[in-house]
Amino acid sequence: MTLPSKLTDFSLAEARDAVQAKKVSSKELTTAFVKAVADARPLNAFVTETPEKALEMAVASDVRIAHGNARPLEGLPLAIKDLFCTKGVKTTAGSKILGNFVPPYESTVSQNLWDAGAVMLGKTNMDEFAMGSSNETSHFGPVFNPWRARNSNANLVPGGSSGGSAAAVAGNLCLAATGTDTGGSIRQPAAVTGTVGIKPTYGRCSRFGIVAFASSLDQAGPMTRTVRDAALLLKHMASVDPKDSTSVDIPVPDYEATLEDGVKGLRVGIPKEYRIDNMPPEIEQLWQKGIEWLKAQGAQIVDVSLPHTKYALPTYYIVAPAEASSNLARYDGVRYGHRAAGAKDIVDLYERSRAEGFGKEVQRRILIGTYVLSSGYYDAYYSRAQKLRTLILRDFTEAYKTCDVLLTPATPGPAFGVGEKTADPVEMYLNDVFTVTVNLAGLPGIAVPAGLTANGLPLGLQLIGKAFDEATLFKAARAIEIAAGFTAKPTEWWRAA
Amino acid sequence: MTVGKDDVRKIAKLARLALDESRVEPMVGELNGIFQWVEQLNEVDVAGVPPLTSVVEQRLKMRDDVVTDGDAANALMANAPSGEDHFFVVPKVVE
Repeated sequence: MTLPSKLTDFSLAEARDAVQAKKVSSKELTTAFVKAVADARPLNAFVTETPEKALEMAVASDVRIAHGNARPLEGLPLAIKDLFCTKGVKTTAGSKILGNFVPPYESTVSQNLWDAGAVMLGKTNMDEFAMGSSNETSHFGPVFNPWRARNSNANLVPGGSSGGSAAAVAGNLCLAATGTDTGGSIRQPAAVTGTVGIKPTYGRCSRFGIVAFASSLDQAGPMTRTVRDAALLLKHMASVDPKDSTSVDIPVPDYEATLEDGVKGLRVGIPKEYRIDNMPPEIEQLWQKGIEWLKAQGAQIVDVSLPHTKYALPTYYIVAPAEASSNLARYDGVRYGHRAAGAKDIVDLYERSRAEGFGKEVQRRILIGTYVLSSGYYDAYYSRAQKLRTLILRDFTEAYKTCDVLLTPATPGPAFGVGEKTADPVEMYLNDVFTVTVNLAGLPGIAVPAGLTANGLPLGLQLIGKAFDEATLFKAARAIEIAAGFTAKPTEWWRAA
Repeated sequence: MTVGKDDVRKIAKLARLALDESRVEPMVGELNGIFQWVEQLNEVDVAGVPPLTSVVEQRLKMRDDVVTDGDAANALMANAPSGEDHFFVVPKVVE
């Protein structure tokens, strides 16, 4: 194996192998990433940097390695989305209302990573409470995509809500990062930053300690530079957890072991409803290429139908705000979080603390959610949406009678400009048109970099799997990765900024 | 279905969100835009379709009804905007 010349160019798996073979120390690796994070402040990818903690963890890892008891992710520096509670380290969820919140406990997913030996570089920026598709709703300012169009200096969004994690991975500021995905918040930013992101099956990762947005949709997952890295990281994020009754007790396979098994004989479904109106030709062509790539490697292509696809987004925009309005009721300015000054009574305290603490998009969704759950409207909206979800899940169950995975575009287009889509909420919501069905049905989905647009911006393809069959997704994603040969990297313009 | 200014004021009250009067009108427009778009769900016949209550087929797990954690008053109070002797301090509630 020839290793990259720069430590920050290592993939997670390469770094693991180098650290375990004592070719590189965790301290050297961590020092390089701490510097990369500091140098990349113009991207605004981090809300909180934790360089001292990172070096402390790295030194402890080097001691373990020296003593021959290294764990699977020993000494590997990661970035953590600021939605995961980290004990003693500020966790904001991208919101003013949690601007000074220091959790007294650790999320199960991040604890699993520390137990596997990983090192924390810091907490990444995100859309407020994970509500957004461009990272522009963060109280801490937008994140900029490391990618820019050819011959352009215009700042582009990194997608959202896990925009900071996506930018940190794409810009080589960490080996890998955690994300969360409620409607596409891992896969959409991964696709527009040329990185890999998987939303596992609902229940695969514990939600304990992840600030809740929409509890029946939220799932944590890895964001990485390669498919192998995603397989490796998910293995160590996933677990059944007594603290999350929806986490599922199904053994987590060694995804890396079957990664190179190939797609010979795999039945790949192509859902015709994903050929949406006004689909840009570049997306259509990329999808076709993906089909050819898999076919050339021995997969069998099957046409399938998911007739309720067009109802997925509107269904989502009832279910998610409804659950969000319930979950966000806890922010009252009393026990933690922002409190308005000079309240005249308790209701005034609640109303003003929440109005000052929540941003515009979050307030809009709380109002939608409150409305659709309110007396007289529950059946017309929420109950109907939950029935639509059953129909959407049935579509998939039916399709999986004739195929093993589905191949679709990941996003309707490449990264767009900062401020370009903030005026119309519905236009922004349409970014998740290909990803949201997967959350509603609880299924796993992975975004893989597959090509560049004519002006040099990354595009991704999405593979959707059967429940708890992430292993097949990784195999198929690896086949696309091999065929696409995606090696492009953004120019590091932020170093001169 | 369309919402008006009074509906917006009412749901803001229910949601315990102080909504400045100047924001009521724009919010009416934004919410109606979203609700209009959501209207398309009415095209679907959902008669006899059960609501999805769990995406993964499993019975909700039960655990023993015993104390698993606690005695963490200091940790619980650490983030309180205002507190005294392990009590949260709020404006007077009862007149």
